[in-house]
Order: sequence, then C-alpha cells, then structure tokens
Amino acid sequence: MTLARKKIFWAYVFLAIPIVFFAYIRIYPALFAFQMSLHDYNPLAAEQPFVGLENYEKVFEELGRKKSATKAAFQNTISYVALGVPIQLCLALLIALMLNEIRFMSTLYRILFFLPFVTSTIAIAWVFRMLYQPRFGLFNVVLQMLSLPQQPFLRSPQQALPSVLALVIWQGMGFAVIIFLAGLKQIPRTYYEAAEVDGASRWHTFRYITFPLLNPSIVYLLVLQTISFLRMFAPVVAMTQLGRGGPLDSTLTVVLHVYNEAFGSYNMGFASSLTVALFALILGVTIIQLSITSRRIN
Amino acid sequence: MESITPSNIFKDQGRARSVGKAGDSWAHKFFSYLVLTLIAFTMIVPFMWMLSTSLKPEKEILRRNIFPIEPTMDNYAEVINETDLPLWYKNSFIVAVISTISVAFFDALAGFVFAKYEFPGKRPIFILFLTSLMVPTEMLLIPWFIMSSNPPIGPTWVDTYWGIAFPGVITAAGIFLMRQFMQGVPDELLDAGRIDGVSEFGLFWRVAVPLSLPAIGALCIFNFLGNWNAFIWPLIATTRSEMFTLPVGIQLFSSESDTSWNLIMTGASLSVVPLLIVVVIFQRYIIEGIALTGLKG
Repeated sequence: MTLARKKIFWAYVFLAIPIVFFAYIRIYPALFAFQMSLHDYNPLAAEQPFVGLENYEKVFEELGRKKSATKAAFQNTISYVALGVPIQLCLALLIALMLNEIRFMSTLYRILFFLPFVTSTIAIAWVFRMLYQPRFGLFNVVLQMLSLPQQPFLRSPQQALPSVLALVIWQGMGFAVIIFLAGLKQIPRTYYEAAEVDGASRWHTFRYITFPLLNPSIVYLLVLQTISFLRMFAPVVAMTQLGRGGPLDSTLTVVLHVYNEAFGSYNMGFASSLTVALFALILGVTIIQLSITSRRIN
Repeated sequence: MESITPSNIFKDQGRARSVGKAGDSWAHKFFSYLVLTLIAFTMIVPFMWMLSTSLKPEKEILRRNIFPIEPTMDNYAEVINETDLPLWYKNSFIVAVISTISVAFFDALAGFVFAKYEFPGKRPIFILFLTSLMVPTEMLLIPWFIMSSNPPIGPTWVDTYWGIAFPGVITAAGIFLMRQFMQGVPDELLDAGRIDGVSEFGLFWRVAVPLSLPAIGALCIFNFLGNWNAFIWPLIATTRSEMFTLPVGIQLFSSESDTSWNLIMTGASLSVVPLLIVVVIFQRYIIEGIALTGLKG
C-alpha cells in the first residue's frame, strides 16, 4: 500500500465510529422526529396512523385560541427570551467593565461570579424555590425586616415567571462576564491611550471604542443566550408545583410543554411537531446571526 | 490585534485599563468595588443558605433563623443511610466518567483526522457532523426514547448506563475544537514519525495527543460538568430510582403534599460542593478554556 493510500485507509478507519454515531444518533432521529410529526404517534396504541399536517394545524389552532397550554408555552418562552437576554447581557457587560478596571481581588470576584454557572441547575433552582417560599423563605424574611409587604413569588401567576427568570439570569451571568472580559482584553490599549490624549469622556470612550469593538462578543452572546433561553426546561421543573409549569401555566415553556405532551400524555406526534417549531425558531436565530456576522466581515 | 493565548488573557488586566482622568479614578474604583462586592454577595448567599439549611435540625427548617441554632449532621446521615442518594451519586459519576473518556478519545481522534488527513468524502462527512450542531437535542428526545425502548439489537436501553450516556459519547463541538488545535501539530513531526515506522494510530496517540493536552483537558472538564448537571435526558432515560442520576433523584424528595427541604438542600449541597471545590482549584484553566473556545458546559 502506498503512503497516500494508507493514510486514506486509516482516515476512514478512525472516522468509522463517529460517522455511524452521527448518522444513527443525531441525523436519523432528527428525520424520525419530522416523520413522527406527520403521524398520530402514540407508543401505547396499536397503530400510528399518518395524519399529514394535522399536528401542525393543531399547533396553529391552539395558538389562535384564547387560552391553551401551547399558547402559554410559546408566549412565556418569548417573554423569557425578550426579558432574560437583554437583562442578563447588560448586567454582565456592566460587571465585566467594572472587573476590567480593578486589579486587587479581581480573580476572587471572577471566581464568585462564575460559580453559579458550573452548578447543577436543578440543585440551585431548588435552593431558589426555598428562598422564594412564603413565611420562611429568605426573600420574605428580608422583606419583613425592611417592613415591606410579603410577596407570594412562585405562587402568583403574575410573579412566577419573573421569579424563575431571576434565577436563570443569576445562574448564566458568569458565562457572559467571562466572554465579555475576553473580548475587552482584545481591544488594543493604544485606542484608549489615544482617547485619553484627546480628552474623551468615559461615556464617549465606551460609546465609540469599547462598544463597537466588543460587537463580536455581543453578537455571539446574543445568539447563544437566546438559544439557551428558548430551550429552558430544568429551572421550571424544579421551581413549580410537581414540575408542571404552573401556577396556571404561567411559567410553562415550549420544552416543558413538549415533555408533558410526549411523556405525560403520550401525544408524541403532536409533541414532535412542537419540537420542529422550536427547531425552526432556533434555526431562524442562527441564520440571523450568520447574516449579521458575514455582513460585518464584508 | 493581539491574539488570545492562554498566557496573555489574564495577564496585566489592571495595567491595561488604568486609563481615565487621575482625579475621578479613585471614586470610580471605589464605586466599582462597592457594586462588585454587592453582586458577589448575591452570588454567595444562595450557596450559604443551601449549606445552612442542610445543617439545620428538622424543627428549625420552617423558622426564620438564617443560620442553624443547633447545627447537626443528621440530614447528611439520613440522606446517605435512608435514601437512594448514594446510588444516584454513583450513577452520575459513572455516566459522567464514561462520556468524558469517550468524548476525549473520539473527539480528539476525529479532530486529528479532519486536521491532518486528506481523503475523498472529507467535506460531506464534515458537513454531516456540522449539521448535527444545528439540531437542538430537544427535537431528538422523543426519537431517542423510542429507539431506547426498542433498540435494533439486544434488550432495552432504558435504565442502563449506556442508555443515559449514549447521546453524549461523541460531540460535534468537541470535534471542531480538537480539529482547531490539532491543526497546530507540525506536519514535519508526523512525517518524521512515519519514516521511523510509527503507525498512524501511534502518530495520533504519541504525537498529536500529547501536543493537544491543554485542549483535551478543557474539553474533559466541560464534558464532565455538563454530564454531571445534565437533567432532561436522564429524566427520560430512567424509570427506576436505583438508576436515577443526582439531578433526577433530588426531585423525589418533594411530593404533592410534602417537600423535605432539609433533604433537598442536603442533596443539593452534596451535588454542588465537591464540584465547586474542583472548579475553584482549576478555575484558571476553566475560565481560560471558556474564553478561548466559547464552550458552554
């Protein structure tokens, strides 16, 4: 065997298991999900009849209804993204800018901000659920010390979503801080020195140097965090009664709705059509990102 | 523009930014420290609460004292002796270790091939791997469940370690990371090895892997953390308490009528604290790893 042939042979040998893995564990199930979404797929039933686009019609029909779990799931998920991503990234950027200005103890702060991110979401969400409890939860204890009225937090349909969101923002912020710090580090020092010579104010320095040059990190985080908020599941399971997304579906997310439909009611065809909708949303976000990134390079 | 390398990311952080007018810089620094300390405090409080509750005797749980009046290890004894938690711990550990070893090996090997070999079909295979990054795991959960219940060969995968671990034994993101790093392995070194009669696998194992250890280390840490904390798939792939992983099992301490806060906080502490210690020890590498790769756990 010549050397070139030998190399080709070994390349295929080395890739054999990964190819089988990606084809069978990643690509085939994705196609299977599409196919399931076209069937009335119930694993307990004798037959899985083909129903065409009926599952998708049902998704749209439920979205159009005044009140339905599907509508609540999509509305809440959009609220999580629309509130969570901007708040989290603004806070993380502020923290990164401040961390970047200090030297003494900056490593300690970095570790502290980063700890929640590596913590099990389920474990820490249960801790927050306890903090939110009426009577003995820390937040209500503090409110009482400040002589402020007690709040129901997770027990109120109005307050439950922001309460869950606070945990998610808190937990994921450290990741964004680290990405922002790495981005800030990339900005050449000479730009700041030039700005100082010109007598630019802090705000001008931020507005015309830091912010534009940080753009790659911002776009990257926007996309990554949007996708991660779209996929929210574990915090809601840990923080709501029996993990159902209550009270009154006020914290239900798309993924939790999929889980309930598929593994609670065995409506796997309908649940699959919901996952296809989620896939479309995530693909849309990715495509927008790609078009922004490529425009900037041009 | 300065390139990011592990050694210069965090070097001279302070000196680089000591700009601003001398007059207001003290006030600014003070303000920064004040705000950062406040935020750092909110980062610690939930962990303190968790540990403090885990040390409270049951009668103190519903009281409003923040720290235990009579600290006790009873909750730990109860969780370890009277619940399945030790099994969940073992399961989480086994699954995380299996997937991490597998990911380190296969991701590095595939990354090596994509970095250093030319062969027909390279592009389509690469695109096959790339496509899998586009598909969210949530879309695959139901098919995986059906496949696990009726696998092509052998008995069901439900309630087995393989059944919990299989979706994550090779990762596309890891392959791209390793490809990136392995491109830095000099071709001359590989060719010299070939002349000396080293096998192709030997080149990978004894040349490429040792040169990529920092990247493999970062990949291993993220993988372990990701698997240790994984929730949705282990929840679906297990039905018996003996096979639960830690995040799935902790939920059992709460039922419709009653929530055992002391047990949940003890389980949470046991799940979180060992990992936090590891993370604090390796924080420099982990933070650099994230900054370098943008990987998420």
